[in-house]
Amino acid sequence: MRHLLSIEQLSKAEIEAILDRAESFAEVGRRDIKKVPTLRGRTVVTLFYEASTRTSSSFELAAKRLSADLVSVKAAGSSVDKGESLKDTVATLSAYDPAAIVLRHPYAGAAQLVAGWADAAVVNAGDGKHEHPSQALLDVYTLRRRLGSLEGKRIWIVGDVLHSRVARSNLIAFKAMGAELTVCGPPALIPRGLEQLGCEVEHSLERLGEADVVYALRLQHERMNESFVPSIREYAAHFQIDSRRLGPRQLLMHPGPVNRGVELSGEVIDSPQSLIAEQVASGLVVRMAILYELLAVGGEAPAPVAGNGHATPIGQPA
Amino acid sequence: MPSLQMRAGESASLVLRGATVLDPVAGIEGRHDLVVRDGEIAELAAPGEASGDGIEEIDAGPLHAFPAFFDPHVHLRTPGQEHKEDIETGARSAAAGGYCGVLAMANTEPPVSTPADVEALLADASSAAAVRVGFLATVTRAMEGEELTEMASLRDVGAAGFSDDGLPIRSARILRRALQYQRLCGGTIALHEEDPELSGAGVMHEGPVSAALGLEGIPSVSESTMIARDAALAGYEGGRIHVQHLSAAESVEAVRAAKAAGVQISCEASPHHLCLTDEEVRSLDPQRFKMNPPLRSEGDRLALIAGLQDGTIECIATDHAPHAAEEKEVPFEQAAMGVTGLETAFAALHTDLVLPGAIELGLLIERLAGGAEPFGVDRPSLAPGSEANIALCDLSARWTVGEDGYESRSSNSWCAGKELTGRVLMTLAAGQVAYRLRSFSMGVAP
Repeated sequence: MRHLLSIEQLSKAEIEAILDRAESFAEVGRRDIKKVPTLRGRTVVTLFYEASTRTSSSFELAAKRLSADLVSVKAAGSSVDKGESLKDTVATLSAYDPAAIVLRHPYAGAAQLVAGWADAAVVNAGDGKHEHPSQALLDVYTLRRRLGSLEGKRIWIVGDVLHSRVARSNLIAFKAMGAELTVCGPPALIPRGLEQLGCEVEHSLERLGEADVVYALRLQHERMNESFVPSIREYAAHFQIDSRRLGPRQLLMHPGPVNRGVELSGEVIDSPQSLIAEQVASGLVVRMAILYELLAVGGEAPAPVAGNGHATPIGQPA
Repeated sequence: MPSLQMRAGESASLVLRGATVLDPVAGIEGRHDLVVRDGEIAELAAPGEASGDGIEEIDAGPLHAFPAFFDPHVHLRTPGQEHKEDIETGARSAAAGGYCGVLAMANTEPPVSTPADVEALLADASSAAAVRVGFLATVTRAMEGEELTEMASLRDVGAAGFSDDGLPIRSARILRRALQYQRLCGGTIALHEEDPELSGAGVMHEGPVSAALGLEGIPSVSESTMIARDAALAGYEGGRIHVQHLSAAESVEAVRAAKAAGVQISCEASPHHLCLTDEEVRSLDPQRFKMNPPLRSEGDRLALIAGLQDGTIECIATDHAPHAAEEKEVPFEQAAMGVTGLETAFAALHTDLVLPGAIELGLLIERLAGGAEPFGVDRPSLAPGSEANIALCDLSARWTVGEDGYESRSSNSWCAGKELTGRVLMTLAAGQVAYRLRSFSMGVAP
C-alpha cells in the first residue's frame, strides 16, 4: 500500500491486516511509555484545510507515538489564506522531504491529486463529501472488537447521507467485511442512485428493529435553509435515534461531533449500547496502524498475521 | 447578415489524385481526381484523368476528401482571456481539426455586447485567422440577463447570431423580448439550456456515479425543462432558436417534440457527449472530464446518437473550451468547466462511433458541417464550382492525442493520451491551404 486514498482501493485482507496491526498498537497504549521508535527520523505532515478535532488530533498523536517528527499545517493562518494553490503548498511542504502527508480537504479527489504531485505517502483524512477511509477503518475496528466479525450483520446508516463522506466510506468498508447495509433518511438527503452501491434504501425507521448496528450521521443545521428537510423538529420526529427506537440489543455508532437532541437523543449517547467513545479511542490505534503500514511496511504486501489474529509485536518502547 | 473573416492568403491550386471523395449532401461518393484551381473546386475527374499542368500533385490514393467541417460553437477567449486562447491559436486549432469555419461565443471578458466589440473582433480575425471566424453577440447586455443588447446594430456590423452561452437566459420575459426583436433583425438565438435552480452547485451528472463520488449532481431535467420552456416561447413568437450542447435523453425528446410541433429549432451535440459517459468521472480528472453540461449516462449517450441519426440533432459542435493548466490542476469541484475539442472531433468520432459501427461515415461528415446552415452560413460543398473547403483525412492513421502538443494554447483536451484512428492531414478553408500536418509530406510538382 503506497497511499491510503479511499476505502475502495482496499481488499478485505488488506483491511484486516491494518486492523490486526491496530490491535497490537492497542497493547502499546497500555504501557507506561506509550511510544515506539518505528518512525524515528521520519517526518509526517498533516495538512488540514477544514476544521477537525478528532481526525487531526489522532493523526498527530499517532505520528508522535511512532516517534515521527510532526509538522501540522492548518489552512487558516497559513499561506493558503494568501491564495497559494494546493499544488504549490504541497511543493513547498515536499521540500522538507516528508515520509507522509495527511490531507483533509473540502473537495473530492484532493488527496489523489496530491499523491500525483508528491513523493510522500498520502493519507486521505477526508476529501469533500467523497471518502474518509481512516474513519471507516476505525469504525470497522470498533465493531470487530465488539462483535468479532461483521459477516452477515445488519447495519443501518441513518441520516444525512448526501453530505457525508463517512457514509460513503463506511458503506464500502462494512460491505467489504460482509455486512448487509441499509441506508435511511429523508429522500432529499439520500443521493439518487445510491442503491447501486449495494445497499437498501429506506425513508422510514419502522424496520429499524432489524438492525444489529445503528450508525447515525450528523445533521448540519444549514441543511434546513436549503429545504432538504423542513425543520429540525420534523427531522427529529422522523429520524432521531432515541431510547424508544433503539432496542436493547442494538449497538449505536456516530462519527461525531453529535448534535444532541437532533440525530441522537441524550440518553442513547450515554447508554451502554453506545460505541461513540470507543470509536474515538480506536481512532488513535487505527491511525498508528495506517502510518505504520504506509511507512514501515511501505508498499509491500502486508506482513502475514499470526494465528491468534494478532500481528507480531512491534518493537520496544523508545 | 453574418460576417465571417479570415486572413487573406494565396488561393490554392492542387490536385488530390485518386482520393475517395465523400460529400453526402452533394451526392458525391467515389474515387476521383479532385482538382482545385485558384481556390475553387474545378473538377472531379476519374482517377488519373485530370490534367495537373504544373500545379501541386498529392497522391491521395489512400486518403479521403470530405467537405471541411463547420463548428458553430467554440470559445476563442478573446478579448480578456488570451492566456487560454486567442483568435490566431483557436483558428489554427480549428484548421488542424479539418474545420473551415467556426463561430465564437460571446462570454469573454468583457462579453461581446456592442457593435464596436464585434467590429474589433472581425478586424482581428481578418488579420489572424487561418479559417473563417464569425462572432456571436450576447442576447443581454454584459450577459447580465436583464436588458437586451442592440441586436439590430449588432447584426448590421455582422454578428453571426446571439447567445449568452455559459449562462442560461433565466428570465422567460427577456427571452420572449429577444425573440420578438429577432423579427426585426434576424440572427439565430443560440441557447445554453440549464435551470440554475436545479443545477445548483452541481459539477457532474446526477446519478449513481455522483452518489458514489459524493459530488453534487446536475440532473438531466435541469436541461430538458428549459428546452421545453424556450421551445414553447419560440413557437409562440415564431422565433428561430438553436439549442446548444444537448446532453440528456430528455432533451433530445424535447427538441424532437418541438420540431414535430413546427417550432423553428435546431440543435447540436458535442463529441465528448457522444463518446463518453459519467463513468469517466470516477477518475476525478477535471482536465478531461469536467464540463457543462456534464457527461451523462450511457442511455443519454445512445439517445444523442439516435438523435444524430434521425436528424433531430443536425450538427456536431465541439464547445471547444480552452483553460490554462492552473485552472484545471485543482480538485474536481474547483476546476473550470470545459474541454478543448477542435483538433480531435473528427478522429474521436471516427474512432468511437464510425469504426464500431454506431454511425455511418457519411452521417458523421454531414453532421460535422451541419452547424453552418442554422446560422445562415453556406454549407461547405465538394460540388464543382464551390469554394474549396476540404478536409483531407487518412482514416487508417493511428496517433496519440497530445504527444506532439496542440495547436490550441491550452491542453485540456478530453482526448489527451487517447489513441485515435483517423487523422486530418490537410485542410483547405475558403480556397486557401489552412493547415498541413507537419509529418505529411507531399509530392510537390517541380
